[in-house]
Amino acid sequence: MTAPAIELKGISKAFGPVQANKDISLSVAKGAIHGIVGENGAGKSTLMSILYGFYKADAGEIWINGNHTQIPDSQAAIRAGIGMVHQHFKLVENFTVVENVILGAEDGAMLRPSISKARKVLIDLEKEYGLEVNPDAIVEDLSVGHQQRVEILKQLYREADILILDEPTGVLTPSEADQLFRILGRLKDEGKTIILITHKLREIMDITDTVSVMRRGEMTATVKTAETSPAEIAELMVGRKVLLQVDKTEAKPGDVVLDVQNLRVVDPTGVERVKSISFQIRAGEILGIAGVAGNGQTELLEVLGGMIPAQGGTVSLHGEQIDLTGRESDGQSRRRRGIGHVPEDRQVEGLIMPYEAWENVAFGYHHDVKYQSGPLMNNAAIKADCAEKMERYDVRPPNPRLPARNFSGGNQQKIVVAREMDRQPELLLIGQPTRGVDIGAIEFIHKQIIALRDAGKAVLLVSVELDEIMGLSDRIAVMFDGVISGERLPSETNEGDLGLLMAGVNETKGAA
Amino acid sequence: MDKMPKWADILLIPLISVVLALFASGLVVYFIIGENPFRAMAIMVNGAFGSAYGWGYTLFYTTNFIFTGLGVAVAFHARLFNIGGEGQAYVAGIGAAIACLLIPWPHWSLALLAVTILTSVFGAAWAAIPAYLQAKRGSHIVITTIMFNFIAASLMIYVLNNIFTIPGSAETASVRFPETTHLPNAGEFASFLGFRSSTPLNVSFFIALVAAVGVWLLIWRTRLGYEIRAFGHSETAAVYAGINPIKITMIAMLISGALCGMMAINAVQGESEQLRLDFVAGAGFVGIAVALMGRSHPVGVCFAALLFGMLYQGGAELAFEMPAVSREMILVIQALVILFTGALDNMVRMPMERLFLSFRREG
Repeated sequence: MTAPAIELKGISKAFGPVQANKDISLSVAKGAIHGIVGENGAGKSTLMSILYGFYKADAGEIWINGNHTQIPDSQAAIRAGIGMVHQHFKLVENFTVVENVILGAEDGAMLRPSISKARKVLIDLEKEYGLEVNPDAIVEDLSVGHQQRVEILKQLYREADILILDEPTGVLTPSEADQLFRILGRLKDEGKTIILITHKLREIMDITDTVSVMRRGEMTATVKTAETSPAEIAELMVGRKVLLQVDKTEAKPGDVVLDVQNLRVVDPTGVERVKSISFQIRAGEILGIAGVAGNGQTELLEVLGGMIPAQGGTVSLHGEQIDLTGRESDGQSRRRRGIGHVPEDRQVEGLIMPYEAWENVAFGYHHDVKYQSGPLMNNAAIKADCAEKMERYDVRPPNPRLPARNFSGGNQQKIVVAREMDRQPELLLIGQPTRGVDIGAIEFIHKQIIALRDAGKAVLLVSVELDEIMGLSDRIAVMFDGVISGERLPSETNEGDLGLLMAGVNETKGAA
Repeated sequence: MDKMPKWADILLIPLISVVLALFASGLVVYFIIGENPFRAMAIMVNGAFGSAYGWGYTLFYTTNFIFTGLGVAVAFHARLFNIGGEGQAYVAGIGAAIACLLIPWPHWSLALLAVTILTSVFGAAWAAIPAYLQAKRGSHIVITTIMFNFIAASLMIYVLNNIFTIPGSAETASVRFPETTHLPNAGEFASFLGFRSSTPLNVSFFIALVAAVGVWLLIWRTRLGYEIRAFGHSETAAVYAGINPIKITMIAMLISGALCGMMAINAVQGESEQLRLDFVAGAGFVGIAVALMGRSHPVGVCFAALLFGMLYQGGAELAFEMPAVSREMILVIQALVILFTGALDNMVRMPMERLFLSFRREG
């Protein structure tokens, strides 16, 4: 029997008082696809960072192919045949594919010989693994899926036998993800070992041979994928039973709350991001906008939330027009009109990371009368309000004095959700509500959204997660290239159908 | 990750940096000039703090640096780098001269009020143009404020040659301000502490302290300060919250310019009692170091200003007592302090943070 590709024995790592990894042992067989799942902060990234030489473990041993190996830095990891594909690509955007691949692995001071050598190797690699990419294309011109291939090629060029992929499908369309999985299967057939870090249970079930579950720094279980179920893995991750399906009753749509007509958004570089779109949302209804990131959903949320001006069209709330360009077009005016906005990126938009939780609870609502005392802000009132919201929205730790950046992703999101939803807005704009949020918090946030709908409010939900769109929405609109390429009822559609609309394949009604 | 306690952040770390800087200065004094660094140090400290005379000058310089340091700090909170304190102070000096020379004030307190208003308005006005260019056109404020320093310096020469001149004299200065505009100095209100009537320290020192309290209230207790800090941390988030970036850029720079300009109360009305060509003497630039060292916190700014006040006054004494130590050498020492406290801040900060964290783990 051959030695396992990777064997970790008793790995522990602490950051200050936080025990990120506790006595972790893991064995990954050669030529297997091994999944590692766990909530945010469970210690997956720390463990992989130790394996890749970013951190040094406090205790424990790493064995690669049966050899006890020291990995003090990423150079050592590369020498040991370990390659890492990060969630956020580490590519130089204005370099060509081949230039990116050789970056850091040039043969000499002159580039030309390295490049021509690398081009040959690349073409061989591409053929061998079905990873077609033009070696001379500029990286920024490539689609996200192709950029990811460049990352994989980069690792193969460095002769990696063990590939670690960190949340690889987060940025991909369903079909790009399928292609990635085919590539991973091919790599596996060629004898490569793959570690897949993900929080998507479906991927684990589809592609892995074995799966390890982490919770609070510990490895709680390693099971054969064929012998488990999504529900079991979810329970292992969270430590209790979770609802994977969103539980909701039939919608009871009322009057039209939001009426958008021929809305256009042109970005500062002159690109038309939203091309004359029209839709309505009624009271007590959730409209889900599906689509691959970058097809105008972001701009749609931003223009409705008052972050950017519109170049045309009208928007009315309860029949009253909303100012889209003038003095009343900013976020605070929108909030006064009863529009809550949970932005897509909580770390860059929704929160001020160095601000303490209480300061963030007032963010955007800092003109509220209840937060003022004379010319000064009433910090005591804000802190009290924050403590109370943290209690009700189950933010952990419930400490208003902690800076936002010290909360986990899920708890950061709960702070934003508490701030925007607790005021019972007439219309809630919510983008990527559960991106980077752990399963327990996802369940909680979904319940809040449903509760708001049941209270007779309108919700505009933008998400790249199809499961989320299908689970929450009462109606689904798909955006492609700035237009709504189709509208569906969740009961009458499926992933394949939505996937086609997301790729811009428009239905031809009455044909067939 | 946990943070260090606040006192360590704004007092301990700068203190360690200063000790390192002085150590480096000592090496320079010893090896290059061949003088005893401890004696040099003693002369400096004694010169700055050893007598009421020394204290008078030290606190006079400190007053200048508190104003400019606060000015730079307010802009820092909005992530705007105001390099133009020098020019804003110059132009504010013209405001001070106008206030003092054009109106026959019955009492110094009224004159002080007028000078405070005019210096801040003139300083703010000089900051307004770069601020507008930054807010509306995206012209980098570092570049524009530097250019405005040069324009202000030239403007000053023009004004002192053509408008505020002393008849029959080639001196580039205005005539002396009337008696009634003269501010009480420490020799008058604090003679019991040993201050003489010749000391430059005057009542504007208290205005500086009031300004420090005001800046603290503004930044941490008002809605405007909340918006300024939010904008400084993340412009995208500010827009999300409905905070207007143009408005905040303008306001933060206007306040910054006004505070830098108020330095002229002390230097023009308080000390020289006439408008002189070189009254700013680098205070605008020192303000940057002061704000950096004080972590843009008013308390830190006051202490950093005191340190630089001491370096100015003690340095002058040192140049006098030790002829081998030239005026330029003093500048080298000041530069080392700026280097260690500003540019090399992380060199001290990172190990200290680690140290604090390891204490905490054990504790």
